[in-house]
Amino acid sequence: MRGAWPDTTKIVPSDITPYEKYCSRRTLLAGGLGLAAAGLSGLMRSAQAQTATGAALTYTPNAQYSVTDTPNSFKDISTYNNYYEFGTDKSDPSENAQKFQTRPWTLFIGGECEAPGTFALEDILKPHPLEERIYRMRCVEAWSMIVPWVGFPLADLIKRFKPTSKAKYVEFKTLMDPKQMPGERGSVLDWPYTEGLRMDEAMHPLTFMTVGLYGKVLPNQNGAPLRLITPWKYGFKGVKAIVSMRFVERMPVTTWARSAPSEYGFYANVNPAVDHPRWSQATERHIGGSLFDQRRPTLPFNGYANQVASLYAGMNLKTYF
Amino acid sequence: MWATKWVAKPLVFAACLAPALYLALGAFGVLGLSLGADPVKYMLHACGLWALRFLFITLLMTPLRDVTHSVFWLRFRRMFGLFAFFYVLLHLTVYIVLDQSGQIGALWQDVLKRPYITIGMLALLMLIPLAVTSTAKMQRRLGRRWTKLHQLIYVIAVLGVWHFWWQVKKDIREPLVYACILAALLSYRLLKRRKMTIAARATR
Repeated sequence: MRGAWPDTTKIVPSDITPYEKYCSRRTLLAGGLGLAAAGLSGLMRSAQAQTATGAALTYTPNAQYSVTDTPNSFKDISTYNNYYEFGTDKSDPSENAQKFQTRPWTLFIGGECEAPGTFALEDILKPHPLEERIYRMRCVEAWSMIVPWVGFPLADLIKRFKPTSKAKYVEFKTLMDPKQMPGERGSVLDWPYTEGLRMDEAMHPLTFMTVGLYGKVLPNQNGAPLRLITPWKYGFKGVKAIVSMRFVERMPVTTWARSAPSEYGFYANVNPAVDHPRWSQATERHIGGSLFDQRRPTLPFNGYANQVASLYAGMNLKTYF
Repeated sequence: MWATKWVAKPLVFAACLAPALYLALGAFGVLGLSLGADPVKYMLHACGLWALRFLFITLLMTPLRDVTHSVFWLRFRRMFGLFAFFYVLLHLTVYIVLDQSGQIGALWQDVLKRPYITIGMLALLMLIPLAVTSTAKMQRRLGRRWTKLHQLIYVIAVLGVWHFWWQVKKDIREPLVYACILAALLSYRLLKRRKMTIAARATR
């Protein structure tokens, strides 16, 4: 399989078309009808999408799993985020990730499942129709955004690999490549970045494998080519540039929990009642507002309590933060 | 003397105001300047850093005098110290007015509950008597006690760096640089004091 791949050193942007071609086979809610249905916010969004830089994706908006708030600008989303592999400043990822190679890309899927293997990203993505979901995003640093992601439910991907009864958690890892990721040359965190979900969290319909932003291929700095989004959890759960997904029996030790166990837990559910030891989580500053905007109250499970609170019934969320 | 008072001082004064001017213009997008996606956080951070920098510049004047054998530097010390106070006040103002939307209750809770804010606030409060007694008149009136009182700046600078260090999420490289600079400024004084005691003993 490996021999069939093109020489990575000779890849030019136009070589990635097979993936785009695959996308174009998907149904598209395009043109006037789609825009009219999406209404004014859709119009504003499409204006934003034009400023987005990646190749266009084919997707269906999923209103059921979208909030109605106006998304943040493409500029805010793509120039202000944490991605320590590319530096610890919010502007570092957009400055340092431009040359990051996302094709070809392989993904290892294994552990406690019936169909493990190493796969080309194209083969991983092929069966999944893409949808757009406008999710809230709440950073553990007490700021928030609204983001129109494009992707597919992680549950659909997991089902293909038939996890066994021993699979209690899923562990994800980011690419380890200090040559391309300058942050990995330092020791700010233990590399590669490792995240995890309990199996029921991973199978939850809100849990989203993300390949796009604003209808276009995900910018490198936002986690291309494949990242996780769990909108009811703090943003650091959203592991980026995923190369490995393992089904495991024991709870994985996640990067931030290892780095500061008293400050960052495995669950990392957004919770205004449980403060970070050094700052309050009761309110958040919404990015993109005016200078004099008030902080907004943070909602339990980031506003997704109706959908996900039952996952944690009977658990002490102060202990399992 | 004339040149210092009417040329050098106004120029230095204007330069010290430049960061604040940049923040004001950037906050309102004047001249195409921008403070990024989270301008409040940017301002908060910038004012805090400039306060620390001005504290360090203030502390640098004595070593400069010693090295150059010129008291020229000391003419600017009060101005730098007052600018440190100015940026600390700006830091607090941005925190209260923009970050916390004027909710003093929340501020009070933060001061009590969050150690890094407690020590930051402590440093700010300690700067007040220094600013108040910064005039030549007060200096004369307080005499030796003035020197004693103004040694508080060492404590304030330590608290300031500590405040910075404690609120960083993970990457401590930047506060580490500040801590090293402060360590150098303070050890210079310790070494000098030791040298002077030894010299005093020798002459006795």
